[in-house]
Amino acid sequence: MNNVRALIVDDSSVMRKIVERSLRQAGINLTEVQEAANGAEALTTLDNGGVDLILCDINMPVMDGIEFLRQVKDVQNAQGVPVVMITTEGSESNVVQALSIGARGYIRKPFTPEQVKEHVLPLLAQKK
Amino acid sequence: MKVANELTVRENTQENWLPLLELAMKEVFEIMLHAKLAPAADGQEVSPEFTAMVGLAGQLCGVLTLKCSTHAAVQMTSRMLGEGAEDTEQHVWDALGEICNMLAGNFKNKLTGMSSGCMLSVPTVVTGADYNLHSMADSGSMQVNMQFEGETITVTLEIQN
Repeated sequence: MNNVRALIVDDSSVMRKIVERSLRQAGINLTEVQEAANGAEALTTLDNGGVDLILCDINMPVMDGIEFLRQVKDVQNAQGVPVVMITTEGSESNVVQALSIGARGYIRKPFTPEQVKEHVLPLLAQKK
Repeated sequence: MKVANELTVRENTQENWLPLLELAMKEVFEIMLHAKLAPAADGQEVSPEFTAMVGLAGQLCGVLTLKCSTHAAVQMTSRMLGEGAEDTEQHVWDALGEICNMLAGNFKNKLTGMSSGCMLSVPTVVTGADYNLHSMADSGSMQVNMQFEGETITVTLEIQN
């Protein structure tokens, strides 16, 4: 999978690095990786240009991942961009809530690169 | 993972929680740090130069703490970040907080019916050993000591009824 621009949203900089590494290990050629520490930063980042894939935590200060999902629907640059949640909040109700408001995938922490591949590659293939 | 599935279908009594806590710990270290944990020898105490804490609220209230030495904290960070990454102090705090967060999340996800009814706080990391932690937990605690790269790391769950 080539030339993918990813936005990784997590309040942990270490986790952002791990997610980026997992994407690369999944065979995704990332041409650009943007990072945001919360949902509000992510929305601002999206104002500056489009991305092909968003990976987003749920529990974050300032704006959490659920509120980000609600607001990202109105961002022109994010139309049709798949959002995959990566979070420790693994309950069924969390999953259902995230998927019902627009998330296209849900990965529970701790996660393997294989799980990232399994969730992300089909979404990128569909988008193409 | 068969063991985890078998354990999660048991009754949610605190007697059953210790092996789940140990399993949650092993999984986080194996998956995210590619490190196998071994049980610590009896009486092997950790010198807690780093303490990461995550609060639990809802059906299960309490606090989960991860205590380790500076050496262990730096090693955990290196393993999470991979080769070539710089282990700054900020990264160490960040990594420990995230490990503690994943431990708490992985543990509560193993408790039948608890996952939805229990929320996690943002992690807090304390550096230094000269402090006293006063938890309002009143329903006992459980502790797991494990060996990570020759150092003892301790995870404690203090429970409030």
